[in-house]
Amino acid sequence: MIQASPAKITIRALRVFHGQEESLRGISLDIPANQVLGIIGPSGAGKTTFLRALNRLNDLVPDMHAEGQILLDGKDIYHPACDVVALRKRVGMLFALPVALPMSIYENVVYGPRLSGVRKKTHLDEVVERSLKAAFLWDEVKDRLRMSGLRLSGGQQQRLCLARVLAMEELEVILLDEPCSGLDPISTSKIEDALTILKERYTIILVTNNTKQAARVADETAFFLMGDMVEYGLTEKIFTVPDDKRTNDYVTGRFG
Amino acid sequence: MRISPKITQALAVLLLGSATFFTVMVLVFVIVFVLGKGLPGVTWEFLSTNPRDMGRAGGILPTLVGTILLPLLAIAIALPLGVGTSVYLTEYTRETRMTRALRFGTDCLAGIPSIIFGLFGFIFFVVGLNMGWCLLSGGLTLAIMILPTIIRTSEEAIRAVPNSWREVSFSLGATRWETVLKVVLPNALPGIVTGVMLGIGRSIGETAAVIFTAGSALRMPISAFDSVRTMSVHFYILAREGISTEKAYATAAVLIISVLMVNLIAYGMMHRFIARRAR
Repeated sequence: MIQASPAKITIRALRVFHGQEESLRGISLDIPANQVLGIIGPSGAGKTTFLRALNRLNDLVPDMHAEGQILLDGKDIYHPACDVVALRKRVGMLFALPVALPMSIYENVVYGPRLSGVRKKTHLDEVVERSLKAAFLWDEVKDRLRMSGLRLSGGQQQRLCLARVLAMEELEVILLDEPCSGLDPISTSKIEDALTILKERYTIILVTNNTKQAARVADETAFFLMGDMVEYGLTEKIFTVPDDKRTNDYVTGRFG
Repeated sequence: MRISPKITQALAVLLLGSATFFTVMVLVFVIVFVLGKGLPGVTWEFLSTNPRDMGRAGGILPTLVGTILLPLLAIAIALPLGVGTSVYLTEYTRETRMTRALRFGTDCLAGIPSIIFGLFGFIFFVVGLNMGWCLLSGGLTLAIMILPTIIRTSEEAIRAVPNSWREVSFSLGATRWETVLKVVLPNALPGIVTGVMLGIGRSIGETAAVIFTAGSALRMPISAFDSVRTMSVHFYILAREGISTEKAYATAAVLIISVLMVNLIAYGMMHRFIARRAR
């Protein structure tokens, strides 16, 4: 299965520094297309740093820099000629806390397409309906698209954020940073359902603190610990017969 | 010996309450006093005719026009410069010794007495650039005077915009400029408006800086190079030179009402803007 899908993202010796501190200590990983890759590990393991390296959001943090290579479809995203704005339209991100922008539900969803220059009303309407349906939110908000996104509940806001990412037409990869950490079980299962459908079109990387969620959703799982990737493999294997003792201890809940 | 919490609580309420009461009373007294003395002299004729005999008779129309034009000109110059500076300082530069020095500089500027700005405007614009006493000299001087206020309030408002909103915007493929336009500035607007209001308030009430740079001509200004007299200057001259106490109070009443109206309109506009976005 691993050999069957071509690598969407190839990571070679990725090291990320935060000032003097080394947050990621040389990660190498091939992420296949059209799968959910789960990333688990205790807090401080570098999971979020890893995710934010993939859309270069770490660039926004002063004195943070990356070494090594990240190839998206064979092109180095840290190459000086790489267009960061175009990259972020291809690699969307869902944050740990739902962050609806202080504008209407409609405007939240079309934020990305508008930036890409889509002006036609009918086109934007289509995008809104398609994205909200894909995020399992359409039925709840279709009659109040002009309402502020801030007035939705936390679970609804997170699905709005997902819809906003899905609305980007250039989208190929979805990064999710503990997207369900603040959500109720029903919203969580709606997001998980969405992911299993979305992986047919996109490559999905899911960072989660909830090992059960990784077991439910991820095709493959990587275990991070203190800036290192301890183990990476098929999810069943990681959760049943991991090679490394530390992985076993973590997934069985002995620490973390 | 410990005083019982009930007594300290009652004491606090009494002290804080009387402080508030005293403050409000002083304000009310000033307003009632000026309006009481001035309002009887405020008629349509007073507002709509030119002054006669140095202001002893007639109205205040040219000074009314001057009081509207001068702060408007000052804001028109100071707003883009001030907001531009604060966006640059907060969004485009990292906190360094340089930005801290700039911020310290603006804070110092904000504390300089207005007459110093008047003197500077007189030497630089009126004499140095040979612009003479005119609307433009006055507007430029007032703009320099209110810039620090606008920069600082805009900066605070921009800093108050949550960073997570910026991150979301960047993660959706927005450039820094698009993020500033679509997320930062709209949400900083109420704070920026507050700065503008403070600036307008200061310019309307300003006398020292204006009298040195815009002059005190009683004619109706026709171009930016005409000298104008604002209501504050008019009031000052009427009272200082003992021309007419009655007209001075009437002018003061109009001045107070104008400032109140500017504030009411601005806050009304701001609330409508916020309500529209929060819907």
